[in-house]
Amino acid sequence: MPENPDKDRLSVEDVRHVARLARLALDEERLAKFTPQLESILEYVAKIREADVTGVPPMAHALPLANVLREDVVEASLPIEQVLQNAPETDGRFFKVPKILGGDEDSAG
Amino acid sequence: MAARVCKSYKVLVGMEIHVQLATHSKMFTGAANGFGGEPNSQVDEVVLGLPGTLPVMNKRAVEYSIKVGLALGCQIAKHTKWDRKSYYYPDLPKNYQISQYDLPLCYEGEFTIAGEDGQPKTVRIRRAHLEEDAGKLMHEAPGGYAIDHSIVDLNRAGTPLLEIVTEPDLSSPKDVATFGQELQKLVQFLGVSEAQMQMGHMRFEPNINVHITDQDGIVHKTAITEIKNLNSFSVLERATAFEIARQLREWEETGSLGKKSTYGWDEASGSTFFQRFKEDAHEYRYFPDPDLVPVEVDDAWLATLKAEIGEMPAARLKRYIEALGLPLADATLLAGDHATGQLLDGAVAAGASAKRVANLILSHGRRIANERALPLGRLNLKPGRLAELARLIDENKIAAAEPAGKVLERLMEQDAPAEQIATELGLIQSSDTGPIDAAIDALIAQNPKSLQDYRGGKQAALGALVGMIMKGGKGLNAKVVQERLREKLGQG
Repeated sequence: MPENPDKDRLSVEDVRHVARLARLALDEERLAKFTPQLESILEYVAKIREADVTGVPPMAHALPLANVLREDVVEASLPIEQVLQNAPETDGRFFKVPKILGGDEDSAG
Repeated sequence: MAARVCKSYKVLVGMEIHVQLATHSKMFTGAANGFGGEPNSQVDEVVLGLPGTLPVMNKRAVEYSIKVGLALGCQIAKHTKWDRKSYYYPDLPKNYQISQYDLPLCYEGEFTIAGEDGQPKTVRIRRAHLEEDAGKLMHEAPGGYAIDHSIVDLNRAGTPLLEIVTEPDLSSPKDVATFGQELQKLVQFLGVSEAQMQMGHMRFEPNINVHITDQDGIVHKTAITEIKNLNSFSVLERATAFEIARQLREWEETGSLGKKSTYGWDEASGSTFFQRFKEDAHEYRYFPDPDLVPVEVDDAWLATLKAEIGEMPAARLKRYIEALGLPLADATLLAGDHATGQLLDGAVAAGASAKRVANLILSHGRRIANERALPLGRLNLKPGRLAELARLIDENKIAAAEPAGKVLERLMEQDAPAEQIATELGLIQSSDTGPIDAAIDALIAQNPKSLQDYRGGKQAALGALVGMIMKGGKGLNAKVVQERLREKLGQG
């Protein structure tokens, strides 16, 4: 996140940044409206900081479970009509999306 | 301004390698893991990231990853978990990739290769973690037709991917390529990936910088650049060499050490091209995935996997040369592939001579594999049957050349005693001297001239005589025919 001189306070710029990461287009009016709302949510969650966790190992999951594994068995895929059912646009058997410049540089890695 | 002179430099290359694991199903769901199907034919609700779906770990993918970690001498985490790496891209339906952030499954290993200078070169492995792959975003239609939009195929989405990260211990383009090749052999040996480069089963990303010592003895370190997505060893070597030269040239010409950045490789021009600065890199906002519980690896599980790996390639190679007495080239081929090694070991255990079996696999087996475009390890031969065939040759019941090849080919399809198949195919040869002597006597009676030629010192006539006998009387052992013939003619 961008530098914030008052570290405990959420700035409009912080919210703009988070919105951009989430690909949300927020205008100035909404940014101004959401900033205090988001800040109050964070304040609420910040209560957890009051807990003394000295000597408590970090928790990876709320359930006391591990190794929920499945055997490597192939199950049926969905028919193409259902795969593409919710796509705003399609091209043959493909999902159709706006052209994205810069190739696949952001793909998994 | 004083001229900059590079008196000497040191190359530092670390690698990130993505390995596609050859499981049957995807990482977190039962949709098939395979290439080449119709677009979007290996896709289910989990792959699509539909609301209400839950990922469940593929046990085999976890085990394959641990096996690679063990083979690389890594520590295997007793406790590990899954994290979400969030970013928005059309090839990623959930808008996050399930990966491992701070607790990788494998860490702190090492892998030794034969360096360019002939010395062993040990490369430290920083970590190896498991994640799911993204789908494929394409900017032209299949067949290369231009389109005014992009298209997405999710067949690859959710397939298991092992990301291996090394320390910057490689120091030449050649060593970088050798490392890639040796790693490919290792994952193929372990049977965890087909590792076909042209299929994109392995993708390499070298991280490169140089430490330049100038005329005054001052060291200048260039910024690290990463070359994305290289999938051939030749490109890996050339791209690394180009990038080293580019960094050196940039410093010499401008004094700039560059900025941390990402480059691509353009095969047409044989050069790297700038993609973006790392400062612009996305914030991935990693956090533990609440849909998945942790993985805990206990000693019993590790022991089972170690036993499954069995003997590592280097140890097997040594044994083939020292204990079985095979020549280096043959031993390398046989030990380099897990299934082929198992076949040889199985046949030897069944009592066959190692050299005979090695010859059968490397002559006939390799020819058939080439003809059928199969890997040598997929000949579908049973070790016991191969041992039977080897014994038939040793006992002179079948010729080692073409006839043995025919039996071997049939054994790939039919699980029957080798002798029975050889008999059915009419390939059993007789070493019984009775019929052989009869055939020789008949021949001598019919061809007194050849006999005279031979006695007159024309040794070449012997070959012609053997040929005639073999043609006349099918199924005779050529070696015995020759022996008997020489004896008889010599007597006369």
